[in-house]
Parts: sequence; C-alpha cells; structure tokens
Amino acid sequence: MCVAVPGKVLSINGTKAIVDFCGNKIEAEAGLVQIKIGDSVLVHAGCIIQVLSDFDRDMLLDILTEMENA
Amino acid sequence: MLNFNEITAYLKDYDEEPISLMEVCGTHTAAIAKCGLRSMLSDKIKLVSGPGCPVCVTVSAYIDKLCALSLMAGNTVVTFGDMMRVHGSQSSLNEAKSSGASVQMVYSPFDILKLAADNPNITYIFAAIGFETTTPIYALLLEQAIAKSINNIKLLTSLKTMPAALSWICSQNSKIDGFIAPGHVSVMTGSEIYHAIAEKYNLPFAIAGFDGEQILAAIYTLIKQKKSNKVVNLYRSAVNENANLQASALIKKYFVEDTASWRGIGNIAASGLYLKEQYNAFDAGSFGLDNDNNLTPQCRCGEILIGNLSPNDCPLFGKACMPQNPKGACMVSEEGACFTKFSYERN
Amino acid sequence: MKITAIHGSGGRATSELIDKVFAAHFGNEILNSFEDSAVVPSSGRIAVTTDSFVVTPLFFKGGDIGKLAICGTVNDLLMSGAIPKYLTCGFIIEEGAEISALEKIALSMKNCALEAGVIIIAGDTKVIEGNGGIYINTTGIGFVPEERTVSPKNAQEGDVIILSGTLGDHHCAILSARLNIENTISSDCAPLNNMVTSLFENGIAVKAMRDVTRGGLATILNEIAHAAHLGIEIEENMLPVSPQVSALCGILGLDPLYMGNEGKFIAVVAQKDAQRAVEILKMHSYGAQAAIIGNIINGESIVSMKTKPGGKRQLSVLLGEGLPRIC
Repeated sequence: MCVAVPGKVLSINGTKAIVDFCGNKIEAEAGLVQIKIGDSVLVHAGCIIQVLSDFDRDMLLDILTEMENA
Repeated sequence: MLNFNEITAYLKDYDEEPISLMEVCGTHTAAIAKCGLRSMLSDKIKLVSGPGCPVCVTVSAYIDKLCALSLMAGNTVVTFGDMMRVHGSQSSLNEAKSSGASVQMVYSPFDILKLAADNPNITYIFAAIGFETTTPIYALLLEQAIAKSINNIKLLTSLKTMPAALSWICSQNSKIDGFIAPGHVSVMTGSEIYHAIAEKYNLPFAIAGFDGEQILAAIYTLIKQKKSNKVVNLYRSAVNENANLQASALIKKYFVEDTASWRGIGNIAASGLYLKEQYNAFDAGSFGLDNDNNLTPQCRCGEILIGNLSPNDCPLFGKACMPQNPKGACMVSEEGACFTKFSYERN
Repeated sequence: MKITAIHGSGGRATSELIDKVFAAHFGNEILNSFEDSAVVPSSGRIAVTTDSFVVTPLFFKGGDIGKLAICGTVNDLLMSGAIPKYLTCGFIIEEGAEISALEKIALSMKNCALEAGVIIIAGDTKVIEGNGGIYINTTGIGFVPEERTVSPKNAQEGDVIILSGTLGDHHCAILSARLNIENTISSDCAPLNNMVTSLFENGIAVKAMRDVTRGGLATILNEIAHAAHLGIEIEENMLPVSPQVSALCGILGLDPLYMGNEGKFIAVVAQKDAQRAVEILKMHSYGAQAAIIGNIINGESIVSMKTKPGGKRQLSVLLGEGLPRIC
C-alpha cells in the first residue's frame, strides 16, 4: 500500500524539492518534513515523507543479536 | 554477532510450536512474494496476509460512485494505476473509460493541481484511497488547492486507519501470534500506535521495511518475542517512536474519524477518515458508501483478507478467478493476497 | 509543412511525397523500379514476419518510431535463425503530421536498415483524418540457412540461458518521455544482426533465441519453457539491470522482469558453449552487459527464480497491466 523509495535532495524551491533517484530527477512535495540539500529522503506518491537516518545491516543485526542474548 | 546466514538457517529449521504471523500492508504482501520468502521458512511458520491493501478493502459502492462520476459530462476522475481494474457492482474505471468516461492516471496526487488550474471548466475528482501513509498527502494537496484558490477539485475518499482494524482482527479470535507492522504507515504514525493493541492482546509487533532482510528480521523477531507485548522497530532509518507532527496536524485540520466500511469485512468503528464539514466543497460524496455487493457468492476475499483462509482455500482461485479474469478484489490488486499467490507462489 | 488529405489522394501530391521523403531515403534498384510488386530471387526456407508500430512519442532518447519499425521486424527474423534481407513498409499518416518529422523518420529507417543489412523493397502510404499521428507497419523476409534450426524444441536439460544486456531500457525511456521524468535512460532499440551472426560464425550451436520485447524477460522465458516442455531456473543476482532503470521501476512500482526492450535477446546454448558465447556478445557494443542468467531444467514448464535474499519464486507471464503503481 505504500510504495516509497529513497533518494537524495538536490535542490529546494519553496515547498518543492528536486530529488535524485540514481539519476532520475523528480520533483517532490516537501511540506511534511524539514529537509536540506544532500538529505537522504523517502518519497511516496510524489511527496517526501521522511528524512532517512543512517541505519545499516550491521545495526539491524545488532538489534537481533541483543534480543537473542536477552 | 548474528549474521543473516544464521537467521535464515534458524527460520528454515524452526521446529517448535507452529506460529502464524500476519502482515497488514499490501506492499509487504507483494515484497514477501517477490522475494520468495515463504520458500525460506519452515512449514511451521505461516505468513498470513491481512487487510492491508487499500484497493482490496474498498467497497463496491465506492467504485460504483467513482465510475458514475467519471461518466458525467464536465468531470474527470484522476487516480493511481491500482484502481483502474477494480470492479464495483457494475463496472471498473477501465470499462467506464472505454465507454467514454474521462479518466486520467497519475503517479502523484499533486498532478491534479496543474490539471485543475489549466482547465477551470472541468471538475477533477481524485480517487483518494489509502492508509496513514497517503492521507497526509491528500491533506497537503487540499492545503495547496486552497492557498492557490483552485476550486475545481474534489476528493472521493476511502481512507482507512490501521489501529481499529488491527484491534478488530485481534478480537476475532484469529490464531495470529504476531504482526509484521507496516513500515511506511509507521513512518507517519510512529511506532507508538501499536503499544495499546500489543498490551491488550499480548501480541508482539515488529515494524519492518520492505526488503528481504528487513522482513526476515521481523519474522525472526516475532518468533523470539512470542507471547509478549513487545513492539520492536526494525526500520530505524525511517521510523521513530513518535508520529510525524506536521502530518498529524494536517490530518486533524482536514479530517474527522468515523466508521468505515471494509470490503468483505463490514463496518469497523473509528477506522475511517472523512473530510470535515467545512471542507464539503472538496468532497465528491464520500460518506455513506457502505454497500458492498458480493458479485460472486463463492468469492472468499472477505475471509482471506483477515487471514482466516488462504487463497488456495477459495473454490474460485486459479479456476474461475485469475488475474486476467478476477472475481474479487484480492485478485484484482497487484498487492492482493490472491494475485501475489497466483503470480509468484502457485507452485 | 503538414500532411493534408491531398497527400493521400494517389495523385501528384502523393507521388511527390513518396519521392521526396521515402524514395529519397529508401531508394534501391528494386524499389526504384516502382512496379506493383517486388520480385526477388529465393531458395530454401523463407522466414516472414510482420509488425506494426504505434508508439508515442514518435521521437525518444535512443530512437524513434522508424528505427523501431526496422529493428522490431529484423530482430524477429533473426530470432528464427533467418538472415534478414528485405522489408516492406506501410505508413498510415494522420492529417496534420509534419513532413519534416516524416523525413527524420525515413532517414532514421534508412540508417538502421543499412546497419541491419536489409533493403526496403515495397511500400505504401495512406493519409487519414486525425491529429498528426504516424503509424508504421513493416513486413520482413529472410532466408534460413539449410543447416540452421533455431527453436525452443532443441533445448535440453543443462542448457544455459544467456541474456545480451540490461533489462527494461526501452520501456523506461518511453515512460520517462511520457511522464516527463528527467534522466539519461535511453531506449536500447538496436538491430541484433551483428551479434547473432557472430555467434553462428564462431561455431556456437544456438539452440533457441527470443528477443525481449513487450511482456518482458519473464514472459519470453515462459514462452520458451512451454515450447520446450521443460523448466527454466534463473538467478536474480545475475540479471543485468542499470541502477537508473532499477530506481525508476522502484518509483513507479514496476518490475524490470516485465519491461520491454527493443535491442536485447536471450540465447539458449549448451553448457560447453556458454562462456564463449558471452565473450562473443561482449565484443559488440550492444552486448557489453551480456550475462549468463540461468539454466534449462527438467520438469514442468515453469519458470522460477532464485531471489536475492535466497528464496525461490515463480515467474509468471505478465499478468497485471504494468501500470505505474502507488499501492
């Protein structure tokens, strides 16, 4: 129900931003979160819904390992 | 530290008490099928699809209204691709289009603003379906329409919310042992919305993103947290404990909560959102659309949607009901349990 | 200057149009004789195929409707093991079409025909009411060398499936043009003759071939599995897909396995020939990303894929409509 993909903010123009998805440059609405150029963001239905933070595979495995050991 | 080989081995070799886990997001349904995840699990781990596909849970009365609006002179219905093939009690938007209806498909709802501004003599009606991920976007759309004095757009809404539906499923004595919580809904709502249900029914929730590793991690988590009320957030790059404040504020400004009708299930209190009365001018008649004519008596979509039956249990599956000739919504939507089963897991 | 009804009258305006736009670019001894039919020598088995082209927009990154019209038909002949020789070409043109656009298309067809080693020996032009649309039909004739039988029926368990390059480029280029999405995705529209000839000339026993067009790789593999009465297993990790195409599919909710190409094909060869076949394809610019993607296996005519996370999933033919999704 929620196809959303990560991209990088290239430029901001008022309430809109140009987001780069591996070379596809798409204009997205930016009215739901505070963004800055260079942010990694999640875009759903033409709208930025989140600024993504670093969380990689190792961090995920950390959580699972902690649970295992608890 | 654990690695994914150990996790996949654990899941493949799992031989304890049988466990049944439900996901409630059509995008998870599709991701699980596309990754072939069921083939990686022991037979004792059952993955069940819940009512998380907004196309699948939209009642026939809504489709009928949408088709009727599209055939009226001076109207253009604007929609996501997903809605084009779904049948109401008479026809689908695709069929209405070939009878002369004005229907336009878009990727983003914001495309409607330019259409409306460029063609002030046409009323543009957006087929506004979705869950918590998409509803704030419709609110933002209205905010912009009002700011730009664009008055020739309307929404026909079929907006639903997760918590009430989840509670309803839990209250039905379903044999679900845990929930894979929807990743992008949770981006908007925060992980906090699952605590009350987890505690009330003593069931664990694992919030997952949409790649194979996230979903495998969620399944692993739910097995390890069996018979607990833990809410574990695995999608930490995107999901926080708290809701997106801007989104919440917009929803509060434009929408009010009420009973919604879920296709194949019936009415669930406090599970739907409707435009507030002061925004009536932007509504295309969304209230009171609860008629749900089951076109095919043998169709089992309702029970499949709540995980009581699997697609294989439906007498029509793979015989009278196939993607090229769907009888129920679960087969129409590319994220429906029946469509994904037929396409990716038939053998 | 625009096309009007008079260009379709069959009189002077028509012959001037044909001379100026078509004969000027397609001219050859056979066509220039302007007989009612082209009469050509032949021997052995003749391959014939036809296709019509109605794409919009007419011009897109990497090609145009004319180039498509040549490649599509030439490639179909090649996939049957034929050496393409002749094409016919029929135009249906709506009033309002720009003559300059027709000239561009004709020039593009001329260049592509040259590359593909074919000549256009017959043609037709019709003008109808409308809004400037242009539609092309091409019928292709080729000759199959006596020693060649290219058919999925030749496939055996253990045979290897090779894909000549990245998936989904053409379809994504068209979608990008229609939806106004800025990227550098280019249609891969290309004639496959040089690659196919190289395989045969280097002694590769090509058992079966199919170009990966509408319906995508998954649909084509299912056709082969059914015709061969065998199964196919491929690996997701081995599929060449460009990051830009992959990202665009992610945004639109589409799957590269079901997206059309216009310059890629799959070849079924024996295990012993597989590595060499890939190396031969890689020597060509259109085959730079060629890769082994899977195998023919015994059993039911099902196509399955080992997924990146390590699961197994069935690949059916295209069932949905491939419409951009949100949900």
